[in-house]
Amino acid sequence: MTQTPLLSLSGLTKAYPGVVANDDVSLQIAPGEVHALLGENGAGKSTLVKMIYGLVKPDAGSMQMNGAAFAPSEPRAARAAGVGMVFQHFSLFDALSVAENIALGMEQAPKMSDLSAQITSVSDAYGLPLAPDRVVGDLSAGERQRVEIIRCLLQEPKLLIMDEPTSVLTPQEVEILFKTLRKLSAEGTAILYISHKLEEIRSLCDAATVLRLGKVVGECTPSETSARDMAEMMVGSTLRTPKRAEGETGEVVLALKGLSAASPSAFGMPLRDVSLDVRAGEVLGIGGVAGNGQDELLAALSGEMRVQADMVAVKGVAVGALGPTPRRAMGILTAPEERLGHAAVPDMSLTENAMLTGMAREGLAQNGLLNWTAAKDFAERIILKFDVRTPGPANAARSLSGGNLQKFVIGREVMQRPELLVVNQPTWGVDAAAAAAIRQALMDLAAGGAAVVVISQDLEELMEISDRFAALNEGRLSAPEPTADLSVERIGLMLGGAHGMEVAHV
Amino acid sequence: MSLATPLLAVVATMVFGGALFAVLGKDPVQAIATIFWEPLFGEFAFFYRPQLLIKGAPLVLIAIGLSLGFKAGIWNIGAEGQYIMGALFGAGVGLAFYPMESAFIFPLMVLAGAFGGWLWAMIPAILKVKFGTNEILVSLMLVYVAEQFLASMSLGLLKNPEGFGFPGSRNLQQYASAHNAELITGTGMHWGIVAALVAVIFAYVLLARHQLGFAIRVTGEAPRAARFSGVNPTRLVLFCLGMSGVLAGLAGMFEVSGPAGQVTIDFNVGYGFTAIIVAFLGRLHPVGILLAGLLMALTYIGGDIAQSQLGLPAAAIQVFQGMLLFFLLALDVLTNYRLRFGAGEVV
Repeated sequence: MTQTPLLSLSGLTKAYPGVVANDDVSLQIAPGEVHALLGENGAGKSTLVKMIYGLVKPDAGSMQMNGAAFAPSEPRAARAAGVGMVFQHFSLFDALSVAENIALGMEQAPKMSDLSAQITSVSDAYGLPLAPDRVVGDLSAGERQRVEIIRCLLQEPKLLIMDEPTSVLTPQEVEILFKTLRKLSAEGTAILYISHKLEEIRSLCDAATVLRLGKVVGECTPSETSARDMAEMMVGSTLRTPKRAEGETGEVVLALKGLSAASPSAFGMPLRDVSLDVRAGEVLGIGGVAGNGQDELLAALSGEMRVQADMVAVKGVAVGALGPTPRRAMGILTAPEERLGHAAVPDMSLTENAMLTGMAREGLAQNGLLNWTAAKDFAERIILKFDVRTPGPANAARSLSGGNLQKFVIGREVMQRPELLVVNQPTWGVDAAAAAAIRQALMDLAAGGAAVVVISQDLEELMEISDRFAALNEGRLSAPEPTADLSVERIGLMLGGAHGMEVAHV
Repeated sequence: MSLATPLLAVVATMVFGGALFAVLGKDPVQAIATIFWEPLFGEFAFFYRPQLLIKGAPLVLIAIGLSLGFKAGIWNIGAEGQYIMGALFGAGVGLAFYPMESAFIFPLMVLAGAFGGWLWAMIPAILKVKFGTNEILVSLMLVYVAEQFLASMSLGLLKNPEGFGFPGSRNLQQYASAHNAELITGTGMHWGIVAALVAVIFAYVLLARHQLGFAIRVTGEAPRAARFSGVNPTRLVLFCLGMSGVLAGLAGMFEVSGPAGQVTIDFNVGYGFTAIIVAFLGRLHPVGILLAGLLMALTYIGGDIAQSQLGLPAAAIQVFQGMLLFFLLALDVLTNYRLRFGAGEVV
């Protein structure tokens, strides 16, 4: 690569109070190159791309675009210079159409009919079929991502930044996306690609930069490096794979029979005739792209959403019509996906958050009077057993990092000796070491005779810890199959294939 | 920080209020001293100090009830109406027994007053849980309904038959069994003040140590987490609105049978609305509300003195009281956010 790099970063440094997010980071991206940015959570990947996109100003260091100095003061300047970014979380309005959503993000939106024509031509050119007049609320996650990508492509960027683009896609949708990205790259658009999924990076990217604790710790050519080596570069130590103790499965603990229920929220997914048996000592993995009924299934199991009594049975007792408190008393414990505001109260202390679900089973209340000493003791035991990094139980849940709070939330339920534990996205946004600890805890729980249901979008995680696998698609659950016999193609089909989207003809 | 802002707000109110009085041509130091010093330590303090309790008690009693709902995000704005209904129910029961003398009459009036306030608060509560109506609007509009009801009662059903045609009921102060009399002569201490203190302690224990109080706090901070933990939102709405209705009704009943004495067209003087200020000034904390209630009562009494002694217009006193809430809210914003002058960055 002797040509002028498209983007060149040298010595970029950005410090926040108490932490150096980026320390002397340098890297170069050539035109048409697909460059991977690797690192654990908190390694500084997002800070780095935010500096390139003009959201954050570097404290030191410089950037050059095509050999000229480049210091965007705001995203508009970065976009004008040819940088486009697709965020991990979409910023789309459910109630508006595709074209309206795209127009909202433009400086000077053309007439709606012209814009629709442009959208159609870009989507044809890059094999991203998308009807401009469809309402976003009805689109699948893969299609929503296309809206974001097309929004960027309309500006004809020279550099496209993609933050974890495949975390919400089925394997087939990932293939479509990769074809599009390869076509863009062939036309000379550089792509900066952030992902945790090392196999994807190996198949897609030309070069990779690895960040750890804000510093560049290595560079590699992904196609010539094994996924394990890249992972160890990221973590900085040898990875310990969670081990599954062999155990016998026992009686049926959870039985769902024709569970159907409307979603409590407007753009939610109703559950459609979900049937399932989970036995003691078993981990059942439920995969599926976000928004296919995961939240609703968890709510129906936790008791937040009441259904017909006999649709949900635990150890032969019909519990569908019971609320969360009586279900907890029976040993049905759950941990929802959203940590802040759902599983935990952000501004309350860990002691108060331990009280939140531990009240009944840990005997933290007598005749309605709360025993705060016992709650503090319970919180301290969770912190100790699950290695939650915090100064103490008096700290607010908000002050913990995502991974530490997740360990606390999962630990809080695991320590209450569940008969049935249901978790949604147990390791979402959690770094590798914490994720391994959480997975180990879930497997130990099953080995100890509990039934465990893990709802997750991380297929590798489900393959690693579950005995059987089922997929949620449009509120329907596929028949569970033993994990050991499953191929990636089979899983993809169970997840609903490409959601009716055609594979791009590029 | 949350402790310092109310104090700072009081100081800021004194400074800017003083400036206002100076512009009106009054000596600012003397005006402030009249409002804050005279009622407590002046020549006629023996008269004003009991007034402090008499004016403070209904504010505290109502504000405690409101704060429970406010903490959970349930906005009862209609305490004034519940206060009126409590007074009408309480006085109605008392007058129904006239002229019988019995020790049971006053306790029955207390129950009736509580029931009246509760009943009036249940209207927005049930409409909210059954049909999802907005409790702010319904409770507020019911204040005006209650005022019409009050007028109709003092001109009709409850009118004193020996009152020479004047509107208003018999004076309960002259009916021993129904009179909420001073418990210790010269202190102003009546049953309403006892009730206010009990309410403060009750609310403190509820919020700090009881499951229900915990449910209220969790619901206010994170409603989804509250549902996840097993809180029943319907029951919480019924409890919070019901409880604030009961306490407002009691306040009205103690007022009508004590300091006010009779049901009249202009019986209500805005305690139910001022209590909203008191609740926020007290940080929705029971002890804070107790102090804030006394402070508001002080500005009422001191304001009256300043009006009569210094000739300050009533409007100036109201502006002064308004400033207190304004500065509290403004300082709250400033403790959480920083002012940045110049062009903001677009994100």
